Amino acid sequence: MIKTKENSMIVGLDVGGTHTDVVLLGNEGLLKEIKVLTDSSDLYRTVLTGLEKLLEGVEPAKINRIVLSTTLTTNAIVQKKLPQVGMIVSSGPGIDPKFFCTNSHYFAVSGSIDHRGREIEPVDKNEIENISGILKNEGIRNIGVVSKFSVRNPSHELIINEILKDSFTKIFLGHQISGNLNFSRRIATTYLNAAVYPLHKEFFEAVNKSLKEKGLMVPIHILKADGGTMSFESSIDSPGRTILSGPAASVMGSIASAPDEEESLVLDIGGTTTDMAVLINRIPVLEPLGIRLGGYKTLIRSLETRSIGLGGDSVVKVEDGKINIGPERAGPAMAYGGPVPTPTDAFFVMKHIKNGDKKKSIEGLKSIAKGIGTSYENAAHEIVDQTCRKILEEAQDMINLINRKPVYTIHEIKEGYHVKPKKIIVLGGPAPHFAEYLEKLSGYKVSVAPRWKVANAIGAALARTTCEVTLFADTEQKIVAAPEERFSISVKEGFTKDDAVEKAFDLLKQKALQRGANIDDLEMEILEDLQFNMIRGFYTTGKNIRIKVQVKPGLIHEYESIAERLL
Amino acid sequence: MLRAKYKTGLVFFPAFDWAISPTHPEREERLLYTQDQVFEEGLFDIDGIQELKPDIVTIKDVQRVHFCVPDVEHVTTESHFISAGGAKRIGMAVLDKEIERGFALVRPPGHHAMRVVHGARGFCNVNIEAIMIEYLREAYNIDKVAIVDTDCHHGDGTQDIYWHDPYTLFISIHQDGRTLYPGSGFPNEMGGPNAVGATINIPLPPHTSEEGFLYVIKNVVLPILDDFKPDIIINSAGQDNHYSDPITNMNFSAQGYAALTSLLKPDIAVLEGGYSIEGALPYVNVGIILAMAGIDYSKVKEPNYDPDSIRQTPEITSYIKKLGEEILINWEQKGKIEEKIRGAKELDERDRNIFYDTDSLHEKQKETIRVCSDCSGAIRIDSSSDLGSHILAIHIPRKACRDCKGLGYKWYDTADASKYDMIFLQDRTENKYLTLIE
Repeated sequence: MIKTKENSMIVGLDVGGTHTDVVLLGNEGLLKEIKVLTDSSDLYRTVLTGLEKLLEGVEPAKINRIVLSTTLTTNAIVQKKLPQVGMIVSSGPGIDPKFFCTNSHYFAVSGSIDHRGREIEPVDKNEIENISGILKNEGIRNIGVVSKFSVRNPSHELIINEILKDSFTKIFLGHQISGNLNFSRRIATTYLNAAVYPLHKEFFEAVNKSLKEKGLMVPIHILKADGGTMSFESSIDSPGRTILSGPAASVMGSIASAPDEEESLVLDIGGTTTDMAVLINRIPVLEPLGIRLGGYKTLIRSLETRSIGLGGDSVVKVEDGKINIGPERAGPAMAYGGPVPTPTDAFFVMKHIKNGDKKKSIEGLKSIAKGIGTSYENAAHEIVDQTCRKILEEAQDMINLINRKPVYTIHEIKEGYHVKPKKIIVLGGPAPHFAEYLEKLSGYKVSVAPRWKVANAIGAALARTTCEVTLFADTEQKIVAAPEERFSISVKEGFTKDDAVEKAFDLLKQKALQRGANIDDLEMEILEDLQFNMIRGFYTTGKNIRIKVQVKPGLIHEYESIAERLL
Repeated sequence: MLRAKYKTGLVFFPAFDWAISPTHPEREERLLYTQDQVFEEGLFDIDGIQELKPDIVTIKDVQRVHFCVPDVEHVTTESHFISAGGAKRIGMAVLDKEIERGFALVRPPGHHAMRVVHGARGFCNVNIEAIMIEYLREAYNIDKVAIVDTDCHHGDGTQDIYWHDPYTLFISIHQDGRTLYPGSGFPNEMGGPNAVGATINIPLPPHTSEEGFLYVIKNVVLPILDDFKPDIIINSAGQDNHYSDPITNMNFSAQGYAALTSLLKPDIAVLEGGYSIEGALPYVNVGIILAMAGIDYSKVKEPNYDPDSIRQTPEITSYIKKLGEEILINWEQKGKIEEKIRGAKELDERDRNIFYDTDSLHEKQKETIRVCSDCSGAIRIDSSSDLGSHILAIHIPRKACRDCKGLGYKWYDTADASKYDMIFLQDRTENKYLTLIE
């Protein structure tokens, strides 16, 4: 029986493509780690098996936090196994909304709101009632409602919701999904939320129930793509945020060993793919708008990551006299009984690695060497070199992309902040093999994340709750609002940017706590604060203020001592 | 799935921290609602539309075009370097074939800035299109350029810079100068003695609507462009012909601007004026961007758009038709007109008084050009402003003949230095820019 002084054990679980990793952390550090094979056709069984194995001999009452990161919603989207939902979209002037069509039950309706949130054309209630009838007849249960500029004025979405609410199970409103402008992404995001909702709800209710039966009463937290967590309860209203949490788990797992005042590149080298991300002072760089997945561009906040089809188990073959690596995987390396040579086999040839059959690797590499007319040792070098170069090139490309992001003020252009990581952190199965070669090729210091095999599950376990609030004020119209937070009040003329920031932080704090954050763990920051004088004729008629604040992604402070013990 | 027919690049630089003065039309707020509309429409997400980061132009890029008194730094701010840099970035992306077409949605504007710059005119300090074009001519293999200026105000700065250049066709379509700043831009302004016909002015009467603008593009501008055969077409895309613009009197619309862009097919568009920041710019810019990319723009309309209420009168229609005929005749007869203007002159001179409305300055200018059949001709400008500075500026054109180059250096070397505060030389043949200071 594992014992700790206090009830402070944490469970982290990350479902990967091949393996599902589960860890148990306590005051002493990593207490236990489990790997089980992922059965993507039955993730419930996979998750439960992983948890059961981990918790053998552990007293349930000692667990005070469980964080899960799954591929449930990601898989459903990528494999296009989404149930029917109804989409009602009101656009007004601009690009024809037919171009943003997400699914077969997609209705573009009248009604229009302008960029300042003023109503131009009202909702046609009869039109909505007719559509409601059609959707009911078709047996549709879940609905998404989106209007253009609803983040400035949500009234049309709310009116439509009012008409529909008694006829359907769950209705997702665009303005409650994100505070950002981008109509087409708002449509796609609302659609995905409505579409993954039944799957998500059923899955986590089942997991929750099973855990309760085992005596685990603590609330479940779920990892999001931005590297933060949310409570199961709050995930019901935004299940889309669970999409692509996998890469986020690994990045969070690397933070414990990242330098404090430097930029680092994180490479999670798996069997099939390598995921990359950038940390600045231990804070991951976020995507400016949101996830792109399965042809959808969304407003789901996420880390800026890139994934390439190149890993330790990538298939190595000779084509036209040249070595070709990946993107497919045919099984483990030959050293571990796999069918074809892989980069891992190349490492077996070049280094002394325990627990594998080096002869098998040599055999595989010889066939490659023959194809390019060289020795198998040279072939091994060539394979490792090519793999590392490709990974570094992609990483450089991602960094260039981060640096190319446009800015809109002279101040920002002059400041010209450029990301230039000087350190690489690698994790994932074959990480230690790659480290020395990446260091040679890049000239950067390369370190292997502690507990590199399960760093992803550790990342999930230790990640804090994150969220974002977007608020605007238009003092000419005398409003300050954050529609995503269902907040809107009238203000007087003297309302300033400082007042707006204060209000935004208030809302952020409430939101974070409601999503399961610890009060001591609210590392809040301003992402954007703009104030414009509005001049009409020659007179100042008001101020237009835009604020965006967030709780930064990072590790829970309380668990920093645990994180340190991992090093 | 929405996909651009033409790969289109956009530099969006709203300069949210720069204004001429807090209540000036050229202030921080100007592109705020355009940004909202562009972001909400998700234009940067469309396949084939990409956002590019602006460059910052160099001092030399500015000197290639302007004589700045006393120097470049004194008559510009950082935002001018970035807005010209936005245009330059787009131009490079087009010529590098990174994109097929591009739009620099930048501020401050530039088309009222002339070759000599003592200060700001019509909200402009330096000419961002000219800085881009002359950079592109230096760095890439392009020669003939057409600029179609569709700002409501006459592009008098661009006209001044290219007045003597037969390789640059400058067409300005604007509200009649008898009714609007800067008061110039009449059909008889056709270019200097070495470049007659390369400047074309199409002054439209107040209240011209879609019909009139599109008529002029189809029946006057496109045939002339076909004839001139430029290497690239640039649109100075001012948006103040809009029916809601507070400082002009035209009846153009977002649909009209988009249709104009579709017809004109500019390789590069650069934002100029346009001060109806809520009612026009958000829709006009979305319309222009979609039209450049070759995407359906039929639903891009202002909330209060009513084509019947802004329709031009039959009198305007027939006036424009007649004007178009006059301009086409001028174009056909430009050779004869040039001969007549040149006569037997070896040098041609013009004296001008130039008013800088934004900075309340007056400039007196005497310009001398060598009449030349082999190149654009060497230019000598004697200029003084009521700030007290008196300068001499000599321009040796890009493809100068030996005689013109020789004359340029002779003017420069033999100038009476005691008479001037500064003497400038622009030698485009060697990309060399000199200043002598007393």
